[in-house]
Amino acid sequence: MFGLHYRLERKAIGLTLGIILVASIGGLVEIAPLFTIHQTVEDAPDMRVYTPLELAGRNIYIREGCYACHSQMIRTLRDEVERYGPYSLAVESKYDHPMLWGSKRTGPDLARLGGKYSDEWHVAHLDNPRDVLPVSVMPAYSWLLRTTLRTDDLGAHLKAQRAVGVPYTDDMIANASKDAYGQAAPDSPYAEGVTKRYGKATTVRAFDGKPGELTEMDALVAYLQVLGHLTNAAHKPVADAAR
Amino acid sequence: MIGQLTKAERQYALLILLGLALCGLIFGIAGKDDPLGVHGALIGVAALAGIFKVISIYYDPEPGDERLNRYYDDPTKFGIVLAMIWAVFGLFIGDWVAWLLVKPDFTFDAGWASFGRLRPVHTTSVIFGFGGNALIATSYYVLQRTSRARLPDQLSPWFVLLGYNLFCVLSVTGYMMGITQSKEYAEPEWYADIWLVVVWVTYFAIYLRTLARRKEPHIYVANWYYMAFILVVAILHIVNNLAVPVSFGSAKSYSLFSGVQDAMTEWWYGHNAVAFFLTAGFLGMMYYFLPVRAGRPIYSYRLSIISFWGITFFYMWAGSHHLHYTALPQWVQTLGMTFSLMLLIPSWASATNALLTLNGAWDKVRDDATLRFMMVAAVFYGITTFEGSFLAIRSVNSLSHYTDWTVGHVHAGALGWVAMITFGSIYAIVPWLWKRDRMYSPRLVEVHFWLAMAGTVVYVFAMWNSGIIQGLMWRTYNESGTLAYSFVDSLIAMRPYYIARAIGGLLFLIGGVVGAYNVWMTIKTESKVLPESAVDAPEPALGGSAVLQPGE
Repeated sequence: MFGLHYRLERKAIGLTLGIILVASIGGLVEIAPLFTIHQTVEDAPDMRVYTPLELAGRNIYIREGCYACHSQMIRTLRDEVERYGPYSLAVESKYDHPMLWGSKRTGPDLARLGGKYSDEWHVAHLDNPRDVLPVSVMPAYSWLLRTTLRTDDLGAHLKAQRAVGVPYTDDMIANASKDAYGQAAPDSPYAEGVTKRYGKATTVRAFDGKPGELTEMDALVAYLQVLGHLTNAAHKPVADAAR
Repeated sequence: MIGQLTKAERQYALLILLGLALCGLIFGIAGKDDPLGVHGALIGVAALAGIFKVISIYYDPEPGDERLNRYYDDPTKFGIVLAMIWAVFGLFIGDWVAWLLVKPDFTFDAGWASFGRLRPVHTTSVIFGFGGNALIATSYYVLQRTSRARLPDQLSPWFVLLGYNLFCVLSVTGYMMGITQSKEYAEPEWYADIWLVVVWVTYFAIYLRTLARRKEPHIYVANWYYMAFILVVAILHIVNNLAVPVSFGSAKSYSLFSGVQDAMTEWWYGHNAVAFFLTAGFLGMMYYFLPVRAGRPIYSYRLSIISFWGITFFYMWAGSHHLHYTALPQWVQTLGMTFSLMLLIPSWASATNALLTLNGAWDKVRDDATLRFMMVAAVFYGITTFEGSFLAIRSVNSLSHYTDWTVGHVHAGALGWVAMITFGSIYAIVPWLWKRDRMYSPRLVEVHFWLAMAGTVVYVFAMWNSGIIQGLMWRTYNESGTLAYSFVDSLIAMRPYYIARAIGGLLFLIGGVVGAYNVWMTIKTESKVLPESAVDAPEPALGGSAVLQPGE
């Protein structure tokens, strides 16, 4: 065996091919089947996609590096299920490009955050976390309230999402900017289209408390309020969800 | 420094830089409404600076053929200086974000200064800026010595070194502007990723071309590790960063994979960045510098072989241990755990090999802080790989995952192993490169050693404590069968440890500054005596019958 190696280490190309071959096996065995084995991701017929506003909020969440301190993956452990809610299913992040499961909880898990607190709480908490939680170590994101959300490129975002497999329709792509505005302005003429395209369960309201303006705060709060609500699959009994 | 380029190489350099300037211009225009435009400008400025530099030496006399009788060390020198600059910067940002967890209001009411954006600045600066530059620089040095061959040309080493640093600068400035794809340790966006692929392929080409010119029949063990590092990092980088950009004028892209497949790909990448960037590359460093500095041959050739192929094979399976109890299928989790445990064999084989190499040279470890850096690195390598296998066990992971224990584990590796072996190697290589008989101040090397040691121990103990307390508080039930602590309770309990961590980081940072000062003064100060001692002997004449150096 060592004699063989004695010859191998005299050949640069041989060594190169050897390294590539030996290093490729593990990844191939573990990753490739995840795309082919159907049971890897459950079916959830009620699954909906992110609205343009929620997607914009998700991008702000990514931009600010929120994933560095908040996970979005409730593990199958008793204390986590009791603290945060039903454990996360694979299907719940099916439309998450990329996933935001996270690796660290400096703050709590956010997988089931949606609907847990009011919009006002979220706005106050993001504006200055220590106003609602004196011991919080989270930075203040007060400029989100002052910054207007960019919406003109949301159509292109939806298109790119469709290219990687999220089922956005032509209609959704064409109306992306209007829908983003409408979702945060319930009294505007654009509001109706949002529920038409994304379902009745979609929340349409002025998330930052200012119906006239579309701020980055609107988008981020809209995203935080939809966490755990794209599908109801995790709340059903296990046997039901597996079907 | 670039005066050694031949006429043809100067022309190629200008062509490449013009191409780069054009890319910058296109990005600047296409991305004028986007943070991408700023990066376009930055690329353009970098290219223009390069163009001016090349033009300024364009009509200088060409280097003579006698240059081919010497090794080409100019890029190595520059890379070492860059590594020290990145080290001080990255450690400073690291300590800054550590203090942000104690005083979260130090963000100037601005996005760029908040924890979420600065955290990847810290990780990228130390891993890719400090570690990457040290790896590239030392690999050029080791490759030439162990092959007894000069690098194949003068231009490509500069292209790799400077191109790589452009990638690092794009990454770090991007995070502050909010450009990130949120994949941990792979945060740079699509255009920076594509650029890195070009740089990286050139890097490997240098390796193959130099090996093809080698005058040694065998490829020395350090080069196996450097080669595995370059090859596998390329595979990981390309697969993990597959993405569709929103548009050509947008910095934003969407990952090709989603959910569970994306999580697996990300941690396959993430864990093997540890394996092949932070381990294999630095093992290459260790396998050259430790035996040379100790003046002893590597203890066991066979252990080297077992360790090398074991690491190359087992590590690639281990990534899924980051996803225990998640929605990742159980069978993948189990495979990850199993292979993580088996990894202990090749890891300890390398650690043992390093420590046994020091047998008969322990008096030098006592007297020479540079060698002690390397020895302690090997010990930390052993400790950290043991801890890594331990944390991969599913039941242990249920407690440690998501807590500071993981952070402590990473830093035991990053500070204790990666940084220590690098500082040791830098203290060894700087006098050789600049033809000094020793470092400017051996005392300051000693001071740096103890600061680094103290900083690491304080940091790691603080994080062990906070991590285990955190994990236990989250899962503690009271007598009535309900959770005993709220999340906020655990946050309050962390505070003293976060302060301790920031102090440990500060000690390590001060050590880094002392090191940078020492390196700078060594470069600036001419030595009084210049005997070519056996250990520091530079440049055996090419083709001549040079005396074999330990490690060659």
